[in-house]
Amino acid sequence: MSGDLREAALVLADGTVFEGEAIGPPAATVGGEVVFNTAMTGYQEIITDPSYAGQIITFTYPHIGNYGVNGVDNEASRPFCRGVIVRDLARRHSSWRSSGDLATFMRASGIPGIAGVDTRRLTRHLRDSGAMPGAFGTADHTTLKQAAVDAESTDGCDLTAEVTCAEPYHRPAAADVESPFHVVAYDFGIKSTILRHLSKLARVEVVPASTSAADVLDRDPDGVFLSNGPGDPAAVTHAHQAIAGLIGRVPVFGICLGHQLLATALGTSTYKLPFGHHGGNHPVRRIETGGVEITSQNHNYAVADDVPTGVEITHVNLNDGVVEGIRSTEARAFSVQYHPEAGPGPHDAAYLFALFADLMTEGV
Amino acid sequence: MPKRTDIETILLIGSGPIVIGQACEFDYSGTQACRVLMEEGYRVVLANSNPATIMTDPEFADRTYLEPLDPDVLAAIIDRERPDAVLPTLGGQTALNLAMALVERGVVGEGGVPLIGASAEAIATAEDREKFKEAMVGIGLQLPSSGFAYTLAEAMDTVASVGLPAIIRPSYILGGGGTGIAATHEEFRVLAAEGLATSPISEILIEQSIAGWKEYELEVMRDTADNCVVVCSIENLDPMGVHTGDSITVAPAQTLSDVEYQTMRDDAFRVIRRVGVETGGSNIQFAVNPTDGRQVVIEMNPRVSRSSALASKATGFPIAKIAARLAVGYTLDEIPNDITAKTPACFEPTIDYVVTKVPRWAFEKFPGVSDRLGTRMQSVGEVMAIGRTFPESLQKALRSLEQGRLGLGCDPAEAELAALDDDEIVRAAATATPQRIFHLAEALRRGLGQSRLAAATGVDPWFLDQISIIVEERAHLAGLGIDGVDRRTWRRAKRLGFSDGQLAYLLGCTEGDVRAARLAAGVAATFKTVDTCAAEFEAHTPYLYSTYEDDDEVPASDGKKIVILGSGPNRIGQGIEFDYCCVHASFALADAGYETIMVNCNPETVSTDYDTSDRLYFEPLTLEDVQNVLDAEQPDGIIVSLGGQTPLKLAAALPEGLVLGTSPASIDVAEDRQRWNELCDRLGLRQPAGDTATTVERAIEIAEDVGYPVLVRPSYVLGGRAMEIVYNAADLSRAMKELAHFGAGETAGSLGREGGLSAERPVLVDRFLEDAIEVDVDAVRDATGEVFIGGVMEHVEEAGVHSGDSACAIPPPTLGHATIELLEEQTGALAAALDVRGLLNVQFAVRRDPGGHDEVFVIEANPRASRTVPFVAKATGVPLAKLAARIMVGATLAELRTEGLLRPKATGHVSVKEAVLPFGRFPESDTLLGPEMRSTGEVMGIDTTFGLAFAKTQISAANPLPRSGSVFLSLADRDKPAGLRAARRFAEMGFDLVATSGTADYLIDHGLGVATVVAKLGEDTGSDAVELISGGKVDLVVNTPRGRGPRADGAHIRRAANLANVPCLTTVAAATAAAGGMDEWFNSPLRVRSLQEYHHQSQLTMEL
Repeated sequence: MSGDLREAALVLADGTVFEGEAIGPPAATVGGEVVFNTAMTGYQEIITDPSYAGQIITFTYPHIGNYGVNGVDNEASRPFCRGVIVRDLARRHSSWRSSGDLATFMRASGIPGIAGVDTRRLTRHLRDSGAMPGAFGTADHTTLKQAAVDAESTDGCDLTAEVTCAEPYHRPAAADVESPFHVVAYDFGIKSTILRHLSKLARVEVVPASTSAADVLDRDPDGVFLSNGPGDPAAVTHAHQAIAGLIGRVPVFGICLGHQLLATALGTSTYKLPFGHHGGNHPVRRIETGGVEITSQNHNYAVADDVPTGVEITHVNLNDGVVEGIRSTEARAFSVQYHPEAGPGPHDAAYLFALFADLMTEGV
Repeated sequence: MPKRTDIETILLIGSGPIVIGQACEFDYSGTQACRVLMEEGYRVVLANSNPATIMTDPEFADRTYLEPLDPDVLAAIIDRERPDAVLPTLGGQTALNLAMALVERGVVGEGGVPLIGASAEAIATAEDREKFKEAMVGIGLQLPSSGFAYTLAEAMDTVASVGLPAIIRPSYILGGGGTGIAATHEEFRVLAAEGLATSPISEILIEQSIAGWKEYELEVMRDTADNCVVVCSIENLDPMGVHTGDSITVAPAQTLSDVEYQTMRDDAFRVIRRVGVETGGSNIQFAVNPTDGRQVVIEMNPRVSRSSALASKATGFPIAKIAARLAVGYTLDEIPNDITAKTPACFEPTIDYVVTKVPRWAFEKFPGVSDRLGTRMQSVGEVMAIGRTFPESLQKALRSLEQGRLGLGCDPAEAELAALDDDEIVRAAATATPQRIFHLAEALRRGLGQSRLAAATGVDPWFLDQISIIVEERAHLAGLGIDGVDRRTWRRAKRLGFSDGQLAYLLGCTEGDVRAARLAAGVAATFKTVDTCAAEFEAHTPYLYSTYEDDDEVPASDGKKIVILGSGPNRIGQGIEFDYCCVHASFALADAGYETIMVNCNPETVSTDYDTSDRLYFEPLTLEDVQNVLDAEQPDGIIVSLGGQTPLKLAAALPEGLVLGTSPASIDVAEDRQRWNELCDRLGLRQPAGDTATTVERAIEIAEDVGYPVLVRPSYVLGGRAMEIVYNAADLSRAMKELAHFGAGETAGSLGREGGLSAERPVLVDRFLEDAIEVDVDAVRDATGEVFIGGVMEHVEEAGVHSGDSACAIPPPTLGHATIELLEEQTGALAAALDVRGLLNVQFAVRRDPGGHDEVFVIEANPRASRTVPFVAKATGVPLAKLAARIMVGATLAELRTEGLLRPKATGHVSVKEAVLPFGRFPESDTLLGPEMRSTGEVMGIDTTFGLAFAKTQISAANPLPRSGSVFLSLADRDKPAGLRAARRFAEMGFDLVATSGTADYLIDHGLGVATVVAKLGEDTGSDAVELISGGKVDLVVNTPRGRGPRADGAHIRRAANLANVPCLTTVAAATAAAGGMDEWFNSPLRVRSLQEYHHQSQLTMEL
């Protein structure tokens, strides 16, 4: 098993080097912002989550690929992340659900990776120094270092154009839904699990990120959904305007980037966290009930807590106090930073979709 | 919600003695709970009969009742202490069942003292299999098809509809007691009958067998605000059909996709909510069909369990501590996570390593018992290992077992499998036994194919492939030779968990060569932290494990550091007592300003709690792994004498000058027969005549010289491993051959592997002193030469019964002052001669000659912690292990006296220790006690007289003596005179006597009435003894083997008693003690008293 290994390395922009072996398709240099995710299951959903566009994902759980990949767990038609860093890639997978192995999937979808890395050292480094650009591949360390320095950070980048749909499309309501709502969903990089949840209460028209408020209102929706997505929320200025034109006129629900965009439109600001929240175990308090839900998270930016009058903070992260949810009763809009749809992660916050339905009912 | 202020006093129920299925994990959980509740300012009253626990140390509760865990006794404690709440969820099944018994009486629960942690209804819903099934169906969860039965006839009806194979599960049981899988109607009938007898409510569930499905467990916590979290997921390597306590288990789950895992998580929350566990932890087991993912619920434990101890150690999330806080009203979000210090406990730990648990069994102690594993737990201990990958953690776990394996094969012991052909190997792997993991590796090594093995064994292909990776690496390494190994290869091998010993075996060099070569190549162990969060937050608790990665997380420190080597997995002969000693050392040294560093691999223990010592290294106790810790820490000293044989075996190889306490040279004097004899001669101490032998011929010569019977035993073993008393040359030859076989290199059996028996370690052959009283003395000695006698313990059973299996008492009930003084004097002389610094245990035999004069013989001396140290500490109030630890770092007894650590011994009461034996788990085994130790645990009874204290121990040890009925006696000739006294006492108490013909004649000749005379096996007159016992017509059996001769004698009687659950005493001494105890017990009011009162008020008049 030793002969066919392709030695590779990961070099961070600050020059830190990690040794490993190349996995997936051949790649001399792959650059991007290096982030880590602490979930122990759900690698397929994570790799195919469009919110990781421009990023290289480090999995802190050492064995990745154990149960293979399948046709139903993808969060998008293809992965948008730049690459994957693991401690160990399973050689053989095992699951009745699987249709193939992760290595083949990575090759087929052009996502290179590096295995054998001391991912705990990398994670501690990122925790202490903050998320930073890096590059991995079979090239020499100097080349990789240069690629790392050249790799763009997500700061100030609107990456939604990279991941959004080109044309509007329909997602019909699930067959058993009686009198479904009509929801227009902004696709800033929407996850298929979100669409599945929305389709349980509505027929959904998915529209490109650049769609104007007027266009949306012309579709006469019962509610508008703002999806998750990659990049810096402050840079997605076209969406700020569109959302400003929607709030107050139609119920709005946002998740992740959608939350940040709604908050911006409501007059608050966003900032970048040192290394973000990426995992499936973050405790969030729902202030209304005091109850705690364990949540799936994936974001580098967050909403500042100095929300304007009329906007209330509904959810906070128990680990670090980060704003996790806001609501404007007047504007009939609410949003959460985390992922109530899971995919992957716990289902504790699935009630939020029902709240969206309630809001749309009230709006009638 | 903040903590409850409406309660002041909380009664915590412990789990009693260590038994199979319920081990020291409940000391760990109970200790955590006691600590937390005391910290919160509650008055804690603790009931637990196990003296070897940390939780029963007087400083862990306000009132500690070392009393029987029996409803009457608990009621008396409640009456005396008037608690405001009873917490039953941290003491295992014992505490839960006891709580339910008290609920039934109205003492606890509605109308009585409220239960906290779990309500009676929740306990009943989870534990009563019929209620549980109904509840699960009610919330739409699937279970295997099943039905209930309360009689054998109903059971036969039910199985007709469920179908075979079927699994039988009795209600309210622990460790799978009474469960089994039946493939045929005959097997079913036997197992169903047994199951009905095992269940306290005579209820069994008959369930469709889903053997072969994948098995999972989730550890779930819930608070009063209905917040629920999963602390840990566990996947069993062994598929359904093997009790989870007997399975190799891995955390986290490895082969579940997120979709499946989240479904299981949702279901687990529905279960805990439906069952109604409002606060605390529960363990929920699931089975998953590997072909279509169908999930079914198997069972749930509404309490802290063995798995939750494992989950706590695996994740760093202290379930018991949190459960105790939740029970008093806190919610999860109000409790901080100790490890990160700044995030709350309301989260789900995520880990960045793999944890593997491997059980340890003791089949070698029970000849004739099959080592086939099933639904009934049989292991006596377990190890846990942490690695960054599964192969690494598996190999670390296997070498942690201390059974001579260096990892997954690549060691001399693997030669055993060479004799099996390919089909035999696959067949062997298909049967669950302790060796299965090695069979799997061997089959894969031979290229027999993962698919074939997966089909034959039900082990998931992912696990098989991971094993293949180890096996393939080994093939690669074997061809290299040490000079052919480069840095990348060393690193890859070490990352797969190969020990230096395995590499030496594969590369044909020494372990030292391997270490030197790989260190020269820059491949050294690194230590990573267990932090609950995969490094997302900074960790504040140094809980470390080794692996082979880039960087090291050992925090710098400049304190004076002492490494304490723990005792490894629980096994018969080396259990919780040694963990107690190590923990005490850690506490005492921390109090004295040292930085303490614990090394151990047993997840059940208090020593492996991350806040017991300043640093915890969860590592195998092999020289290589310990050396890595020493390299990382550069300590000032190492304590090896408190963890039993495990650390002691390493002493000689550790850096000279670092080993604290008695010098390794002195330890060797005590073990080396020649030097020991010289020492005794020099001191003028009498020993039983004897010598050492390495051949059968020499052994027979010695025996003829000193006279039969002789005691034959190997050197350097604990727990009387392979010790035997033989009465003639034929038996002696057989015994010697067995020992020689053990030691013969390649064919080494279990003893050779664990004890390190070799030609340099000969067999000891000594005259066996029949009818002698055995006495244990525990003492400590300091560098100035002062000796403190901790306790003189007189054994109830005569010499020849292993001290660990014998009851014993402080103060000695029958020895005179002069004899005790002589014993103390001789102990002092030995301590001085061995220059002991710390603990010394000496065993004596005292023989009373016809003139009433006591002759004292020294049997052996061990300059290390003994099994009785915690018992002595509980009996006298003197913390011997703490004194010893302090002495080892230079303190003197005089200083410790001034400091107040050494207090005057408490007197005025009698303390009795009794062994608890696992025969109920091994119905085929003979219950006769002998020199080979077989008990798994111990209990303690304290009262004003020996009789009362002894009677308490019998209740605690689950051999409650009958109040009335029949006593069956079958005595060897030599025991008849002494037996007569016991029989008379039974008769006076109104018992009917039943006896075998010879014994009956003797009793009748001496004026006693015998109600029934039964035939011995083979005689065809009268009733059959076995029939009588099995028919429930006997309430107590006294059966002593004739002349300790042929082992088979009386075995059928003892076996019948074991099966019928009738208390059975196998020595006259025990019968006499029992008779006296029963007489006093049934004629005295029940009195309970706390340890604190015994220790601090012994000079005052007892306020009873």
